[in-house]
Amino acid sequence: MNKAGERLYNGLVKENPTFVLMLGMCPTLAVTTSAMNGLGMGLTTMVVLALSNLFISLLRKVIPNRVRIPAFIVVIASFVTVVQLLLEAYLPALNKSLGVYIPLIVVNCIILGRAESYAYSNPPVPSLFDGIGMGLGFSLALTCIGAFRELLGAGKLFGAAVMPEGFEPIRIFGQAPGAFFVLAMLVAVQNAVKNRRKREGKPYEKIDSGCNEDCMNCSDQGCTRRFYDMGGEKQPAEGLRKPSDAAMELIDLDKEEK
Amino acid sequence: MDHIKDLLVILISSSLVSNVVLSQFLGLCPFLGVSRKVKTAAGMGGAVIFVITLASFVAGVINRFVLIRFQVQYLDTIVFILVIAALVQFVEMFLRKAMPALYEALGVYLPLITTNCAVLGVAINNEQAEYGILTGTVNGFATAVGFTVSIVILAGIREKMEYNDIPKAFQGMPIVLLTAGLMAIAFVGFSGLL
Repeated sequence: MNKAGERLYNGLVKENPTFVLMLGMCPTLAVTTSAMNGLGMGLTTMVVLALSNLFISLLRKVIPNRVRIPAFIVVIASFVTVVQLLLEAYLPALNKSLGVYIPLIVVNCIILGRAESYAYSNPPVPSLFDGIGMGLGFSLALTCIGAFRELLGAGKLFGAAVMPEGFEPIRIFGQAPGAFFVLAMLVAVQNAVKNRRKREGKPYEKIDSGCNEDCMNCSDQGCTRRFYDMGGEKQPAEGLRKPSDAAMELIDLDKEEK
Repeated sequence: MDHIKDLLVILISSSLVSNVVLSQFLGLCPFLGVSRKVKTAAGMGGAVIFVITLASFVAGVINRFVLIRFQVQYLDTIVFILVIAALVQFVEMFLRKAMPALYEALGVYLPLITTNCAVLGVAINNEQAEYGILTGTVNGFATAVGFTVSIVILAGIREKMEYNDIPKAFQGMPIVLLTAGLMAIAFVGFSGLL
């Protein structure tokens, strides 16, 4: 039980997927127009994450190393389909406002990242709680961002008017540009925290290990390596390039003359 | 004639008005990660146009002749993601053997867009909007053109920004996100086009 609690704390605070690791930015920006949408997306992701973590952990001795990534994808995509059908049946309004971002949970970095880095090498119960903890952390973050944008963009919170009469809503926060601005501020705060920790000699490597600094980090942890890394020491087949090489080359290409 | 008009409307609306990155937030990873220089950004854009157009065509064909024919539309997410991943891998091998020149230009970028959410997003959008194969392919092409336009503009701005004095906390991603936000405001202006 101690282990479970530790996993929950890890997901909610220590390695919060949004505020600390900066994973899964697409849905974070897209659906946080209101606190309710953020919460809905967060909880949907949490259900998928917990179930896929549990099942991948149960199947970890059955899935061969070489084909683990496609296998993870099939497990995740199945749960996304199940959740999508449930939402269509019982919460049609939420399903409509989240739209295409529900099926896109499949390509969310967080889920594949947790499968790869935790569930595939740990027993089922801690994996389940790891999924729940990470999912709660994600929900918390999306709800906070959503509440912030809803408050500024519409003067409401969870749909109820909370701002005084004279408040003029800053509409842009409810629209696409506002999402970029809010995230920019968030990352700036994160950078400031990181810089201070660096100055004080405290550990800071965990912060920003996701898509933030350089997208290539993300592609190395999940996004691209997914289908390419066949695992083991086996050399890539003739005519097949390992994506991490490609990514490194691209970084060099991008940084030359700098 | 009406059909051609519809296609033109889709072309403009998908590439500019509801831009895939700046208003739908799909494909943010390459948009932020590979936009340091105009040259690489343009290469990435070319690869994305190629892959998305092809993937939306293939997904359209599969949707029409497999999913709808056998009434298993609920399997769309699983089928599309596997098909797209296999397709990109296949395209990479094919280009390397058959068209080395094109491979030289696009090869580096291909692995990076295997599971780009824009590719899957377009396939699902096409299906939900019930587009036919031709309309879906045009929509895919237009979406990818929108991606290319925005990533090249962002790269151009970032090249200039190299010389600016930016507050320490805003260096790196924050200033890029702010730039993207300002670009998004500019793109909102396109909504008057239709």
